[in-house]
Amino acid sequence: MNSVDLSVKVGPMIFRNPILLASGTVGYGNEISEFIDLNKIGGIVTKSLSLKPRKGNPPQRIVETPSGMLNAIGLANVGVEEYIKNKIPFIEKYDVPLICNIAASTIEEYVECTRILTEQEAVDAFEINVSCPNVREGGLQFGNNVKAVAGITEKVKAVTNKPVIIKLSPNVSYISEFAKAVKDSGGDAVSAINTLVGTAFNIFTKKPKIKNVNGGLSGPAIKPVALAKVLEIKQKVDIPVIGIGGIMNWKDVIEFMIVGSSAVQIGTLNFIDPTAPLKIIKELEEYCLDAGISKLSELTGSYII
Amino acid sequence: MFVINAPVAETIELENQIFLLKIYSPEIASIILPGQFLNIRVSESYFPLLRRPFSVCDVENEHFYIMFNVYGEGTKILAHKHPGQMIDVLGPLGNGFNLKDDYETAVIIAGGLGAAPFPYVTRKISGSKNIITFIGGRTHSDLIRHGMVNIKLSTDDGSEGFKGTVVQLFRNSLDELNKDKIKVFGCGPNAMLGALKELCISENIDCEVSTECAMACGFGICQGCPIESTHQKDKYLLVCKHGPVFNIKDIVI
Repeated sequence: MNSVDLSVKVGPMIFRNPILLASGTVGYGNEISEFIDLNKIGGIVTKSLSLKPRKGNPPQRIVETPSGMLNAIGLANVGVEEYIKNKIPFIEKYDVPLICNIAASTIEEYVECTRILTEQEAVDAFEINVSCPNVREGGLQFGNNVKAVAGITEKVKAVTNKPVIIKLSPNVSYISEFAKAVKDSGGDAVSAINTLVGTAFNIFTKKPKIKNVNGGLSGPAIKPVALAKVLEIKQKVDIPVIGIGGIMNWKDVIEFMIVGSSAVQIGTLNFIDPTAPLKIIKELEEYCLDAGISKLSELTGSYII
Repeated sequence: MFVINAPVAETIELENQIFLLKIYSPEIASIILPGQFLNIRVSESYFPLLRRPFSVCDVENEHFYIMFNVYGEGTKILAHKHPGQMIDVLGPLGNGFNLKDDYETAVIIAGGLGAAPFPYVTRKISGSKNIITFIGGRTHSDLIRHGMVNIKLSTDDGSEGFKGTVVQLFRNSLDELNKDKIKVFGCGPNAMLGALKELCISENIDCEVSTECAMACGFGICQGCPIESTHQKDKYLLVCKHGPVFNIKDIVI
């Protein structure tokens, strides 16, 4: 065997390989393009976009924790208008699927952002962030509420013909209930998981290390949680899952696929080694050749329990 | 910008847990500017997970140096690196000091480990500009003189040099300097930068400072290192991308 098919299908979307770059870890593509050829990546998910620009939280915004990091960026972003004017012209030069991540404080704002962005030819799909732990309004308050997630999915789907992925929060008892609500409301896929709510305190000053007090935990520390959530969804709901959470190498990708991920997103690793996504793609191909796997997507949900 | 594995040439302990790491990298040494920084992964393990940002301290031919104190897990690992061990370096990052402006005397003001970027600054402008270096610390063991020239010292406790802050010492020395012909380059704790800003604005002195902030990536994607701009209230600047060197008038300290 001398060729491997790395392509994956996620609902109506087809990616050349399962490696997508996670929202909030690649900006709008500009900076990371200095390190890697975006034409080789499976897809790119933008920093969360809101209708108006957001300044984000005051520093300190991030802190390292054992095998992970907490962040409370606060959805700092340029806003939809500026994004269309100044960021899309850069990314549309590349042959890479563009997934716009949308964050909002109200259901109407999710709908309005989607309605505006769906007119952009460069935008291939949407990922709806109903699970950011770091903002006062919206975010988790939606992500914790099954009816709200269903309502957002249905209303966003009503204004776009493009695929809609809902990014789910792990900060719930049964993530599969949310995945089911997405499916029943017409969503095309779910991505799981967003960050876990966490905090860290300085024992000498007794103050939180992050100004926002709570932040979102990411990195390899959360991988076991993410795998369990993906597996729960796969076992209970028939909807494509994009696995996210602490992927550091090709083995982690395989593990996420085995428990049910159709594709994955690389997040925190981009901060540590922006060249890692391409290395992982190459290593996945080598693994498949060695293991005699002709089509990588066959691994999705291949767990044996 | 490179992500490279580069060999450690030498680990040098200056004093009091202050270390210099000499790293062989012709690629980086040939292009890095004084004031720019490097984001270094100290090990392949997941703890510590993130890179650590360090100002370039000096450059000698095909080597560059970083200076650090042993503060946490990352710097403890760095201090134990042996010659020949490889180290994962991302850089050069950020901007550098504007050293070529129209001034006659460079006034370097360094508080504690804020000395880190100035050996390279000193090397670059020696011969073309006069240099006067004010070095301050809480006590005598905080004073880092490495690679500096024409040094004036201050300590908060009076254990060495002027008793008081380094900015007070600079203020007291202003009469001997031609304010129109100097440019200040500063780096140090926030309290020092705040006092320096106040002085430079009231005396109308041109001043650039190197700032620091916790960050993950070092090149603008994590958005972890915001710093308030004096001019634009609706968005932050990023220390890694718009800095780490700023004109002191442009940032809120």
